[in-house]
Amino acid sequence: MRIALFIACYNDTLFPETGIAVVRVLERLGHTVEFPAAQTCCGQMHYNTGYQAEAVPLVRRFVEVFRECDVVCVPSSSCVAMIREHYEKIAVASGDKLLQSEVATLLPRIYEFTELLVHRLGVEDVGAVYPHRVTYHASCHSLRSLHVGNLPMRLLKNVRDIELVRLERVEQCCGFGGTFAIKNADVSSAMLEEKLQCLKKTKAEICTACDNSCLMHLQGALHRQRETMRTLHIAQILASEEAAATGKDR
Amino acid sequence: MEMTTQQNLTADFPTAAIPLLHDEQLRANVRHATDVIQEKRFVRTTEIPDWQPLRDAGQKIRAHVLANLDVYLEQFEARCSAAGGHVHWARDTAEANRIIAALAQNSTGRAIKIKSITTEELELNRALEAGGIQAIETDLAELIVQLGHDRPSHICVPALHKNRHQVRELFVREMNLPYLGDQPEDLTKAARLYLREKFLTTPVAISGANFLIAETGGVCIVESEGNGRMCLTLPQTLITIAGIEKVIPRFRDLDVLLQVLPRSATGERMNPYNSIWTGIYPNDGPREFHVVLLDNRRTEVLADPEGRETLQCIRCGACQNACPVYRQTGGHAYNSVYAGPIGAILTPQLASMQKGQSLPYASSLCGACYEVCPVKINIPEVLIHLRGKIVAAKPKPARAFDPEAIAMRAMQWIFQSETRLKLAQKFGRIAQRPFIRASGWIERLPGMLGGWTKSRDLRPLPPQSFREWFAQRNASRGRHD
Repeated sequence: MRIALFIACYNDTLFPETGIAVVRVLERLGHTVEFPAAQTCCGQMHYNTGYQAEAVPLVRRFVEVFRECDVVCVPSSSCVAMIREHYEKIAVASGDKLLQSEVATLLPRIYEFTELLVHRLGVEDVGAVYPHRVTYHASCHSLRSLHVGNLPMRLLKNVRDIELVRLERVEQCCGFGGTFAIKNADVSSAMLEEKLQCLKKTKAEICTACDNSCLMHLQGALHRQRETMRTLHIAQILASEEAAATGKDR
Repeated sequence: MEMTTQQNLTADFPTAAIPLLHDEQLRANVRHATDVIQEKRFVRTTEIPDWQPLRDAGQKIRAHVLANLDVYLEQFEARCSAAGGHVHWARDTAEANRIIAALAQNSTGRAIKIKSITTEELELNRALEAGGIQAIETDLAELIVQLGHDRPSHICVPALHKNRHQVRELFVREMNLPYLGDQPEDLTKAARLYLREKFLTTPVAISGANFLIAETGGVCIVESEGNGRMCLTLPQTLITIAGIEKVIPRFRDLDVLLQVLPRSATGERMNPYNSIWTGIYPNDGPREFHVVLLDNRRTEVLADPEGRETLQCIRCGACQNACPVYRQTGGHAYNSVYAGPIGAILTPQLASMQKGQSLPYASSLCGACYEVCPVKINIPEVLIHLRGKIVAAKPKPARAFDPEAIAMRAMQWIFQSETRLKLAQKFGRIAQRPFIRASGWIERLPGMLGGWTKSRDLRPLPPQSFREWFAQRNASRGRHD
């Protein structure tokens, strides 16, 4: 299958390793990954901060870039939430009938990375090996906008040699919230601190999620506090074949 | 111990939050109380098979009311009047206060009150005092707030920010009871003795309303203590104040609303006291009954199709208990009687967006509020809508120099071209160099971005973007896959 990748602007710039992992997983499963180079940003930051008019050209651009694609993979729940929850409304408000119909036909072809694997490709075991203690942070958008439910856990449970630990208060926001983390830095930091207390209790080596935005937030605080726990996008765990490197049998 | 946290009542949310974030006792109280209520709510909403259909029904009833508000309000007025009640219309808080203060005049100079957040919206107690009437709160939590010269911090549990040890100290001081214990029974007994005399000697009561029933002209109030029932039955004059959105079409709509409200608010199947009264009855209850219907810009909210659903609210407070932001600060950071997620959308709208402009931003848009709302108000959606209104209302010259607006315009310009994005990524890698510390991370950023580095480091931009990696790989493969 030809799968178009929408990497998301912040992954492109800050977390290229996540995109590389997505490509590895999908290619390992026998698919072809395309990267339409004209893609930039879904418009979420503008839209959610109140710059809704400014988001419109970015929405148009996204639709133009991906309208011909059969399947679009997005390794970021919050971008998928932006597209699913707001694009129709933005298109209607623009008064552009063509944009409306293009959005309507494009929406069912947009998949968050774990949704794509389980729902579209029917895969729960991607053949990954990852001999580490891992906890899963359910990002708000994956949980309450996309309702991915246990999809990420189903994928993680099939990873060889992984040790999964449950995170307390897993449904509580980490305090990122885009520009919220800057505009309300003190409250955001208090929310983050509570999340960190729960993370530390897991004694995990790795905290994973479907969103690098939350992970960037958590990793930033873990680093500030000189904690050894690291964060890793779920795609990077699913791409891992680490056992080969450590000499274990596959 | 009282009022440990001094508050600037005009501060925006981020500023007002700071002293509260340092009040460990208050934060522990808020965390404990909201956790307990949420656990009870979870049990009560999962023990029935039709919770989601009930929410749908609640949403439909409330949305239908808002779409036909004029009809139901006039119907309520006609039926309530026919049953012997007097209906008054108040355009704003000043008018409502004038009406109530005039009606509440009596020889004792006192009026007893049932918990009502609408009267907090009016700042009614102060207005009554100016008119020579002392308002006495009879709801235990409101009494705690009143005796402590404090402010409610939650729409359903106004003294949620206090624990029982703090309440004991307050009662010892204010009721002069040096030997009072700190068990719940001790405290409720003290309040009971204090209030009983007031119930028996005060001829005027003031209440809010949970629902106004258009079909019958009746008013419904739910409560836990029975003090409300005292106020509704003992005095000679009863004055009810209600926002115009509180009306519901039919008596049987209570079937849905009296299920979703207590389960969401206090985690109970049913409230201990459900009072419904219609007009006046000979030789029973108050001899005079007045309803004051308050607009106070609700019609303005109603006129905005995207903000309108805010008025569906039935004041359960579930969104406050579920909110991770409220959890950190409690209600006082919102500087409004309506705190938490519902306050963040209601407060600025009730002020024509002239006040509370920081409130729509006091949310990480995590969606926990929407998930628990018994009438399915899409609070995150309304928050975003109001953010849009705030940005659009910024005057042009101010926008030109506003760092956030400049950054947003710059980002938009960059994102409209692949070439510009690539250049920006390259530029970022160079521009970040002076900020990278010995740890290899960015630990301090200037300006707006400094908010990030208050508690978080930032990993620098890596040497290669994803798009560069992908292009390089394709080139090395000679574009043959």
